[in-house]
Amino acid sequence: MENILSLLIWIPILGAIVVAFLPRDKDNLIRYTSAAVTGLQFIIAIVLWRKFDPSDGSMQFMERYEWIPSLNISYILGVDGLSLPMVLLTGMLFFIGVFVSWNIKKAVKGYFSLYLLLDAGVVGVFLSLDFFLFYIFWEVMLLPMYFLIGMWGGPQREYAAIKFFLYTLFGSVLMLIGILGLYFTCGKTFDILLIMERAPEALNGVLWWGMSAAKVIWVLVFIGFAIKVPVFPFHTWLPLAHVEAPTAISVLLAGILLKLGVYGIIRVNYGIMPNEVYWFAGGLAFLGLVNVIWGGLCALAQTDLKKLVAYSSINHMGYSLLGMAAVVAAGAMNGGDLKAAQAGLSGAVFQMFNHGTISAMLFILVGVVYERAHHRDIDGFGGLASKMPVYTGITALAFFAGLGLPGFSGFVSEAMCFIGAFPVFRTIVILSTIGILLNAAYFLWAFQRVFFGKLNEKYKDMEEINGLELFTVIPLAVITLFFGIYPGPYLDLIKATMDQIIEKVAFVATYASL
Amino acid sequence: MTNLQSLEFFIPELILTITILAALITDLFVKKSKTNMIGWVLGVGLVVVGLSVHNLSSAPPTTLFLDMIVIDPFSSFMKIVIILSTLLVIVASWVNDELEKYRKGEYFTIMGIMVMGLFLMTSSVDIIMLYISIEVVSIMSFVLAAYLKLDTRSNEAGLKYVIYGAFSSGVMLFGLSIVYGLAGSTNYFAIQDTLSSLDGSANPALIMALLMIFAGFGYKISSVPFHFWTPDVYEGSPSTITAYLSVAPKAAGFAMIIRFFHQVFSDSIGLTSNSIGSTDLPWPEIIGVLAVVTMTMGNLVAIQQKSIKRMLAYSSIAHAGYMMLALPVLSMEAVESIMIYLFIYVFMNLGAFFIVIFVKNKTGGESFEDFEGLGWKMPIVGAFMTLFMLSLTGLPPTAGFVGKLYIFKTLVGAGSEFLWLVIAGGVNSVISLYYYFHVVKVMFLGGKRSDVITYPPSTMFGLMIFTAVPSLILGLYWNPLASWVKDSLVFYNQVM
Repeated sequence: MENILSLLIWIPILGAIVVAFLPRDKDNLIRYTSAAVTGLQFIIAIVLWRKFDPSDGSMQFMERYEWIPSLNISYILGVDGLSLPMVLLTGMLFFIGVFVSWNIKKAVKGYFSLYLLLDAGVVGVFLSLDFFLFYIFWEVMLLPMYFLIGMWGGPQREYAAIKFFLYTLFGSVLMLIGILGLYFTCGKTFDILLIMERAPEALNGVLWWGMSAAKVIWVLVFIGFAIKVPVFPFHTWLPLAHVEAPTAISVLLAGILLKLGVYGIIRVNYGIMPNEVYWFAGGLAFLGLVNVIWGGLCALAQTDLKKLVAYSSINHMGYSLLGMAAVVAAGAMNGGDLKAAQAGLSGAVFQMFNHGTISAMLFILVGVVYERAHHRDIDGFGGLASKMPVYTGITALAFFAGLGLPGFSGFVSEAMCFIGAFPVFRTIVILSTIGILLNAAYFLWAFQRVFFGKLNEKYKDMEEINGLELFTVIPLAVITLFFGIYPGPYLDLIKATMDQIIEKVAFVATYASL
Repeated sequence: MTNLQSLEFFIPELILTITILAALITDLFVKKSKTNMIGWVLGVGLVVVGLSVHNLSSAPPTTLFLDMIVIDPFSSFMKIVIILSTLLVIVASWVNDELEKYRKGEYFTIMGIMVMGLFLMTSSVDIIMLYISIEVVSIMSFVLAAYLKLDTRSNEAGLKYVIYGAFSSGVMLFGLSIVYGLAGSTNYFAIQDTLSSLDGSANPALIMALLMIFAGFGYKISSVPFHFWTPDVYEGSPSTITAYLSVAPKAAGFAMIIRFFHQVFSDSIGLTSNSIGSTDLPWPEIIGVLAVVTMTMGNLVAIQQKSIKRMLAYSSIAHAGYMMLALPVLSMEAVESIMIYLFIYVFMNLGAFFIVIFVKNKTGGESFEDFEGLGWKMPIVGAFMTLFMLSLTGLPPTAGFVGKLYIFKTLVGAGSEFLWLVIAGGVNSVISLYYYFHVVKVMFLGGKRSDVITYPPSTMFGLMIFTAVPSLILGLYWNPLASWVKDSLVFYNQVM
């Protein structure tokens, strides 16, 4: 169990290779193999969670091997309170995703092979602690995603796939320049932990084009992650990619891939350049506000159910950004309010987990109705409640979770983000409560149009949600409810790590103000 | 070193000469259908040449033939790159159906002579020798470009190539003669000596000379604005020759530029504006702008191409641009990054061209339509092509990324005045993704599942594997390459 983190990454890679060599007509064999591989990964993730020591905020289960000594590149893995929940979420969603993809008929072998490769890429990003390795995994996700959207997607899939690819690559190239900047200023190393240690001092006073190098790097790296989140105005790839992607891929895109952006900002921007967080926090909170309002308004205007859910993701990630910006409350000039900073940052991290489960649920449910009706036009349904009571019930639950009703996990994390940000960004927080209103409006309005009213005659023989589909949704629903009522276990898990990040930001602030 | 003493260090070239003669003579005795055999002769000869180059690479750097050429680890590295690409192209020529109508004897022999010219290009330290070697390579390329004599486009390619080549080498010769006039010597080291003691009054002449010389260099590596020949020549030539022209002369061209600027115009820090004689010409900025224009032009025009071969021609212009990015720095680190890029570029670019050849053999065309559904009919070829496209774009975990990483690393490390070059390079890689993935899109996204899966014939398959494996592996583990390049970073330098 020494190399448990490597196992998490290499099992799906091996799985992808094995699947690629299975005979191409044995569709079921391929499906079961993929389920077994992702299931095994999920079990390992759970074992990791049980062995993880939540009282220790630093990296655990570290692995370190030399790789390319001439450039100081090593293979370094580690997990802490920030990445562990994400690894668990990845394990779970990829496992569930196999069953969501059960009905894929076209080129099953290619699909699952790429699917497992994507899995490895995502886990790799969460676990790697060497920038080179991090970057490789970051990019390894792109190719499978391109094919998964481009080959198995909807009518506009080719355009959506290349747009996704170009946007993300543009971001990652800027990120690469930022990484190289860090490499040179911090003593020619790609080791993230080492850079974290050295960066605040090493970057002090370094100028690029007469500007502070740290600020330039901060922005370069931020853009790379912001495209993934996606932060307005880099969000236009998202609705398209979501709508065109097959259901399982939308689930993963919303459930995990967007989280990589938030994760990256916290890990890299916050962890390495905490000084500049103060400089940018106002902007971050403002971008959060724009995301919340813009995403909400766009969602309200959609007639396509899947697009609505896609825009709701933009709306929800806005809360996360707001919570992240709240960290600066810990700074001396902002009154050193550690409690607010804790609430904000934990809220942001909790929000990304919750959005992962809730949006996954929403996309699966949209997929269920699409499978039967072959369209997703909100106004094209009506009165489905009478034909599919179970489906209606579980969709109601998902929609309520999505709109942040108390009792669901989304409420807890959104409230935490607001509470954290309130002392520092009062106006912005007050304005972004409008987002909650919009949030409720678009979900409830859509729900009403789809499920209530007169039954559309076309769908009088609509089949009820089946067992396999229920199996994919129910675990997510349970988690959402559980954390809505009792968020303690999650917050305990991340607390030590969050405190460490906050301490760093707070320390730098005091140090800078002296 | 005197002429006679030099011979001992000139063994690779001597073996090559014997090989060329042997190839010519063998050609007299074989039937038209058996002319592939001459390829064998040349191939075996080149392997022996390669071994003897390798043997000499550990010898201390020295000049030969009264300071005409040098041998140093840098030139040995470039020679091995050239041999490697020639060998791959020879094998590809066996299976290129375009050539079936013709005797291949002269074809292989001329290729051998071209290798000779390329060898001299990488190692000359005298402007006369430099000029002669460029001409040897150019004239051989003209003939090879027009080798399909029944095909009008091939003839057009040859003719265009001659006109552009003659013009640019004329301009270059003019520039070289001005340098000779200023320095009174044809030897690099003597020139450097004199130039560094010139006062400002010679500046106009020196600047003129430099720009003219760069016309010749730019033509060889197809840098904007001397690139106009590239697309037409690349499109019309036999595909194997296109592949060859996009790799070997480019490598030698870069070797020549590096040696020229490094030994005539740079100091220990690298190429900076104050190290070029006493001119105030912002030389690094000029090369920087040319590099950016080269890759942007190459990329933007590549997007609009309908033929994959032509698209690859423009893409090779763009790749020349990426490599040129490191020239304004010209520190040892910059040279290292160009060498690594070149080595990797050989594999990924040749690989892409081999697949074009393979598809042309099958379908008779090389446009995007001919690639439609390729990924479904021949998944292995499709996968290889995707790998090459990924690598040419520069996405990890392929080798192309490592090449770009080294170039970008050099620039970021050289200071913030070169940062705009990195950003330009990065944006260009994103642009290039669009057209490279157009190929992938056509191969996979367009087609339908086919019931019959075909595999390429074994020679072609071998070539694909031989180019694909390094294109992937060097992206994950390039320690041996890095240390080999590091060992080869030794120039002969009289000042030392």
